[in-house]
Amino acid sequence: MTQKNTATHSHKRRRGISRAELPLHLMLIPGIVIIFIFHYIPLGGLVIAFQRFIPAKGLFGNQKWVGLQNFEYIFSMPNTMNVLTNTVVIAGAKIVLNLIIPITVALMLNELQSSKLKRTVQTVIYFPHFLSWIIFGSIIMDLLSPQNGIVNKLLGALGTDPIFFLGDNRYFRQTIIWTDIWKNFGYGTVVYMASITSIDPTLYEAAAIDGANRCQQTRHVTLPGMRMIIVLMMVLSLGNVLNAGFDQIYNMYSPIVYETGDIIDTMVYRLGMENAKYSPAAAVGIFKSVVSMVFISASYYVADRFFDYRLF
Amino acid sequence: MTATARHSSRNRIRESTSRRVFRVINTTVLILLALICLLPFINVLAISFSDSFFVDSNQVYFWPKGFTLSAYTYILTRASFWSSFRTSLLRVALGGALNLFFIILTAYPLSKSNDRLHFRNVYTWYFFITMLISGGMIPNYLLICNMGLRDTIWSLVLPGALPVFNLVLMLNFFRQVPPALEDAALIDGAGHLRTLVQIYLPVSLPAIATITLFCIVSHWNAWFDGMIYITTPSRIPMQTYLRSILIDMNIAEMSADDYELYASLANRTVKCSQIIVATIPILCVYPFLQRYFVSGIVLGSVKG
Repeated sequence: MTQKNTATHSHKRRRGISRAELPLHLMLIPGIVIIFIFHYIPLGGLVIAFQRFIPAKGLFGNQKWVGLQNFEYIFSMPNTMNVLTNTVVIAGAKIVLNLIIPITVALMLNELQSSKLKRTVQTVIYFPHFLSWIIFGSIIMDLLSPQNGIVNKLLGALGTDPIFFLGDNRYFRQTIIWTDIWKNFGYGTVVYMASITSIDPTLYEAAAIDGANRCQQTRHVTLPGMRMIIVLMMVLSLGNVLNAGFDQIYNMYSPIVYETGDIIDTMVYRLGMENAKYSPAAAVGIFKSVVSMVFISASYYVADRFFDYRLF
Repeated sequence: MTATARHSSRNRIRESTSRRVFRVINTTVLILLALICLLPFINVLAISFSDSFFVDSNQVYFWPKGFTLSAYTYILTRASFWSSFRTSLLRVALGGALNLFFIILTAYPLSKSNDRLHFRNVYTWYFFITMLISGGMIPNYLLICNMGLRDTIWSLVLPGALPVFNLVLMLNFFRQVPPALEDAALIDGAGHLRTLVQIYLPVSLPAIATITLFCIVSHWNAWFDGMIYITTPSRIPMQTYLRSILIDMNIAEMSADDYELYASLANRTVKCSQIIVATIPILCVYPFLQRYFVSGIVLGSVKG
């Protein structure tokens, strides 16, 4: 009897959605619709990269198909390779430094004995992360201004000529990279600090009894305890390999530094929004999306396979 | 007593000189780092309260000289400043409410196990793909134009109405709610919607607070959509407005009111006071952000 019951039950399940389950599916509809409209339709809209797009005819209107012409146009532009180099160099440096520096700072913070100082430092370094690049960027531009910025005033006191950090191709990339670290290293530090505090304190006691000094404790207890989160952050940050930071660069660059500072996203913006060359801009967009997708998928695959990390 | 015991056991080997040197250097470096993050704000704050004469002659560092509130009274009487402030408040309220509605309603079903929700894998892939690939700037812009949403508040709040990363945080939190609670409610005859509202929401308040804060901050800080979608000056949100004043300075696009402001920007005090005014809201929610942020990370790293 019981067996029969289970049998019909499982039979019912296999057949599909039960009535009790139906509300769950209905609840998903608003989310599915909004994502479809504002995510899947634009994704489909990328077809304009293969068309000569005329805005008056509409996004899915009767446009003329031109094959790969827009891609040829993009790669025939003289500065495309330059833009690609800038993107990868800036994004790569940010990925590496945004791993190394927060880990170092977290380890250093962990060595502080006063927990009050520890908290204060964390509070202060973490704050810039929550400001927009408009606000943080204008503070930086004020600080680095060659005429009256406080940095150049200090350099002047040391006898150096004023440096135009944001208007000189020798300094622009460095300035972009380090100001990004400045804004975001506190965030990473807090993440790593959270993983340090979750390490079992008895491990330290055991290490101390075995005669390990603080340095050895850091190497053999703290770092192994952080290994998972470090590798995870590393793997997941690989998806940003073509994200050099539009918000930051768009607000801090100028035509003088296009040579070292123009990146894929700013190029797409100028092509599409300023010059209304929608199709070539979408072609660049496709290129970026596909490369990013390969990297992100690979990184999630590695995170799932080797670190048992699953987003959903 | 236990704390002292642990402390002494960790330092059983007597502190060596090199250890002490390390500690001094370590503390100094960290304090310097904190100062590097703090001093620029103090500098901007000092300039905003200073008389422009001292500012122009480069005399102001970390303390106001010739203390005055004139820069603040100046910007706080600008109509364009207030209209952008209002737009941003509206955006935060409307956008934040939409975010919460979509996140909670979507996270609840997705937090069920595969045998309680058929096709769960199909649904999660549907949402997950949006994190792998996106249409990008150009198709989004054309879509908003085609839908006739340009120059309305909807162009700012609808496209990001369901932020998938926050959805993941929420559903990971819902997953920690014991299924027994849900079963009890369902046996008592409550529907899923009622279970969500009366059982899940009350126990998830910390997670909801975290996600609300994240949504509010991201709406407050957004500027790019305001720049490309909004054309009527009185509907421009705060950060976009600040961008046009602090960074862009495109005189051709300015209203008479803005031009007057621009002319006065020759003194940096007005510029710095705008930075301060725009930072204050973030500063107000910062203690809460900090408190909930770590729990947010913990939520995000729960494995599914």
